Parts: sequence; C-alpha cells; structure tokens
Amino acid sequence: MKRGHPVVRLLVLVTILAVVLYPLIWMVGTSLKSREEIATNIGLWPETFTPGNFAAGWSNFDVSFGRFFLNSAMVALLTVVGNAVSCLLAAYAFARLRFRLRRAWFAVMIGTLLLPGHVLIIPQYVLFKQLGWVGGDWPYLPLLVPQFLATEAFFVFLMVQFMRGIPYELDEAAKIDGASPYAVFRHVIAPLSRPALVTTAIFSFIWTWNDFFRQLVFLSDLQDYTVPVALTLFIDSTSESAVGPMFAMSLLSLVPVFLFFVAFQRLLVEGINTSGLKG
Amino acid sequence: MTLRTARPARVSRRDTLAGYVFLSPWLLGLMGITAVPMLLSLYLSFTDYDALTPLSDVAWVGVDNYVTMFTADPSYWHAVRVTITFALVAVPLKLAAALGVALLLNRAFRGVGLFRGLFYLPSLLGGSVALAIVWVSMFNRDGAFNSLLALFGIEGAPWVNDPRFALETLMALAIWQFGAPMVIFLAGLKQVPAELYEAAAVDGAGPWRQFRAVTLPMLSPVIFFNLVLETINGFQGFTAAFVLSNGTGGPVDSTLMYTLNLYIKGFTELRMGYASAMAWVFLVAIALITVVLFTTGRFWVHYADGEER
Repeated sequence: MKRGHPVVRLLVLVTILAVVLYPLIWMVGTSLKSREEIATNIGLWPETFTPGNFAAGWSNFDVSFGRFFLNSAMVALLTVVGNAVSCLLAAYAFARLRFRLRRAWFAVMIGTLLLPGHVLIIPQYVLFKQLGWVGGDWPYLPLLVPQFLATEAFFVFLMVQFMRGIPYELDEAAKIDGASPYAVFRHVIAPLSRPALVTTAIFSFIWTWNDFFRQLVFLSDLQDYTVPVALTLFIDSTSESAVGPMFAMSLLSLVPVFLFFVAFQRLLVEGINTSGLKG
Repeated sequence: MTLRTARPARVSRRDTLAGYVFLSPWLLGLMGITAVPMLLSLYLSFTDYDALTPLSDVAWVGVDNYVTMFTADPSYWHAVRVTITFALVAVPLKLAAALGVALLLNRAFRGVGLFRGLFYLPSLLGGSVALAIVWVSMFNRDGAFNSLLALFGIEGAPWVNDPRFALETLMALAIWQFGAPMVIFLAGLKQVPAELYEAAAVDGAGPWRQFRAVTLPMLSPVIFFNLVLETINGFQGFTAAFVLSNGTGGPVDSTLMYTLNLYIKGFTELRMGYASAMAWVFLVAIALITVVLFTTGRFWVHYADGEER
C-alpha cells in the first residue's frame, strides 16, 4: 500500500512522538527545579539543577522512601515467583495432561480472564479480615496468597498457548522411555517454557509495581506502604513546597519499569500484546 | 477456543491424578480467591454489612440495596454516566490514534523499531500513580499545558479543578496510552497479504479505497479484539480518577468513575453490603456489554478463514 511521502510521514511521526514524550520529559525537568523555578520557569528544563528534591522527597514522611521501595520490591518479586510457579503448573495440566473435566475447567479459567478485579475486592477483604490477614503480623498475605494460586488467569492462558507450540513428540519420546507426567514436566516442558516464564516474570513485575487498587485497600500502616500508596500522601499535602519532591519520588518510582523497558524492549512490545492473537 | 489433545483417546487414572495434582493450586485459588468471594459478595449485597459488626450479626435487608441504588441514590447514576461518557469518548479515540500511528509505522524504514518502542512506553508507565500525579500537575492552573497555551496567547483554565474539564483530562491520559493497542494493530497489519493491495491497485483503487476495501475488513478481527479489551479496561479506570480527586471523585463528582464510587461506598463509608450490590451490577453490566459487543461483532468482523472464533 503506497501512502504519503516518506519525509511527510517521518515529520508526522516525530510530531506525535514529541506530544507523547512531552509529559515524561516535563516530569524529569520539574523534578530538578527549585520551588521558585517551578512557579516561574515554564520551560521544560531547569535553569539551575536542584537535585535536593530527591533528598527532600526521600525523607518527606515519617517513614523514608527507602522502606516503601523495599516493600514494593518485595511484593513485586514474590508476585513474580508466585505467578511463574503456580501458572506454569496449571498451564501444564491444561496444555499437556488428559484428565476428567479438563475442558470444563479450561472454560472456567477463560471465564475468569474477563472477571474485573474490582468485583471481588470487597468479599476478599471481608474474607481475609476474618482470617486475620488484613493488618496482620505480615500484612502482605492478602496481596500475595492469590498470586501463589494461579489466579492471574492471563498468565495461565499465555503459558497454555506457548506450550501448545512445543512438539508432542518430545513428551511421547519421554513417555516411551518410561517418564511419568511429573518427569515430563520437570525435564521437558518446564525447561522449554522458559521464554513464556520470562514474559510472565517481566509483566508480573511491572503490573505489580504499578498496581495501586489492591495495595491501597489492603495496606493500612504507613511503614507497610508500597511506593504507589506512599505517593498518594503527597496529594494530601497540597503545599507548593512539596511539588519538587513529589515529582522526584514519582520519577524515581518509574525507574525500575523504565529499566525493564530498555532491557527487554522487543520482548515487551511484541511478547504479550500479540499473544492473545496467535493460536 | 478448543484444546488440542495429546493423541491416545483413553484417560488413564494415573493421568487424571497427575492432572489434578498440577491443577491443585489453581483449583484452590478458583475456590478460595474467586468462587467463594463471589458467593459471599452476592450474600453481602442483600445485607447492610458495614465491616464493623461481626459477619454472624449482619441484618438481611432483601433487595433494599438494589432498590436504593436504582431509585434513591443520585450519585450512583451520576457515576454510571461519568463511566459511560469516559468509555464512549476515550476508547474510540484511543483506538483511532492506535490505528493511525500503526498505519504510519507499518513499513520498513530506519528507526521504525525505536518509534514503536517509544510510542509503547506510555502504556507501560501510564497506569501508575506516579504518572497520574504528573498528568494532574500538567493540567493544573499553573501546569505545563497552560504554559503551552500561553505561548499562543490563550488563557487556559484550571482544567483538573473544573468539573467541566476534569474528566476530559483523564480521557486524554487514557488516549495517551495508545501504544498497547497500536502494537496489536501492527501485528494484525503484518498479516494482511500484500497481493490484496496489489490486486486492488490493479483495479484502480486509490489509497483511501484500499484502506476501506482491504485494510479495514482484513483488520476487523484485530479491531474487535482491541475494542473488547479497551472497553472492559475503560470501564474499570480507577487510579487516575483517585489521584486527580484525592479519592473523592471530585471536583463536583465529575470524575466519579464506577470503581471509584464502589471504593468510596465500600472502604470510605464502610457500606460494604451496598458496595457489594454495586459490584454485582457492575459484573452483570460488563458481561452484558461483552455479549453486546460479540453480537454486533458478527455483522462487521470478517474472518478470512470463514470460521467463527
């Protein structure tokens, strides 16, 4: 299909890109502006760099952002482990094993794909509170237990789709050699599923790192807060002086996601979005 | 959607046992994290549960919550209107932006990968609290957007504090994240056979005609996929509305998205019975919308292999 001159197309793309990137560049610039400059300098970039915003933001509340970052990292990493393991087990059953009611369970799993998380939050809160998990000794149980039970149906689906592409001859050869379904899983399917595991791990991390709703609902003590919940504290303190530090901490909170983007750009862009289309 | 099966037809007891061993975490999650909470939610929706009284003492109120919601709570209908307005405007514009940029990127030239990656970046960052904070600041009275307008001699408004414009700033944030559907469109465009364009060109079709007669029909399954996904996402917008309004849905309830309203009723006002009823209506509404989309999809989604999916 021929459409438009290459130079015109490039110009249009660069213009759109400028609009798309403007908020991000503005965020970086503002995080480095002094209080006076935020009010007066309307340009993207600060005239004098004020890295002090980062120190001020870091210790803006009674608990330092170091703690919030550690909490977020712990929740995200444990979520990665939970999703990877539990979804891999479920996907193996759906993709490779034959058992009664398999089709019915698979249909149920597809059904839960479209189930909005907001619908379940109240009864889960009630249930977890009954169990003493909400605000309990370790307040992250309500956030993490579901992740170890393959409730993220999207990843199960992703792995099922991936495993369908692994040649069945491999399983059968192993079975002829006397391998049990457990041995086939351990020595054939699990090792070969590494690409799907990597995709799951990266997206689990990013989504959990960015997640707000569940963390807002289940975390109530300042020292247990994750980064997104802590960031909302800045909104309460509407004073002008907090704008620079607020931007500094917002920027810092996006750094891990940005690093993932730089390291795995191709995989991120092509990996997950198109996975629903194949198969 | 069908499952391909391993070859032998007989299901042995050993395989059934192994199947359920591997499925057990998922089954446990299905029961404990999904099914039981859903039933509990249905039960709570007929009570006046307030999160403070013990579960054994809650009072059964019948369909009162549903009646109140539909007849005596103006904020409920207001939130429904806000949510539908948001989805009706933001989803089509986001998909149009995604398709437009995908068409521009759908050819080999130097730097195409970089463009694609950078356009995708907002989809990775945009759902976060951090970006919502930046977005809201950008549309403040003295934010970057008004500075930009001032360059052209236009005096802006305090967009996020004005009930006439606050929801529009949230729509803009959603549209800004067009990268995810764009990537899906690009994958779909790659599947369109080049012969079709060549044949159309031989028949004298210009670019617009080719777009209408070849690209759109061939791409319709992908458009449909994106439409379903983005519509369901659009109805669930929460984070940005929470950040803009500091969890109130303001100014003057202009950003009171359905899920934010549900959060306020359930966790701020502790009317968990009422909020459970809201959640169930939401679930039914989402299911209905999906069914409607799939039904109307039959009339305009074209599958090349003539097969329904």
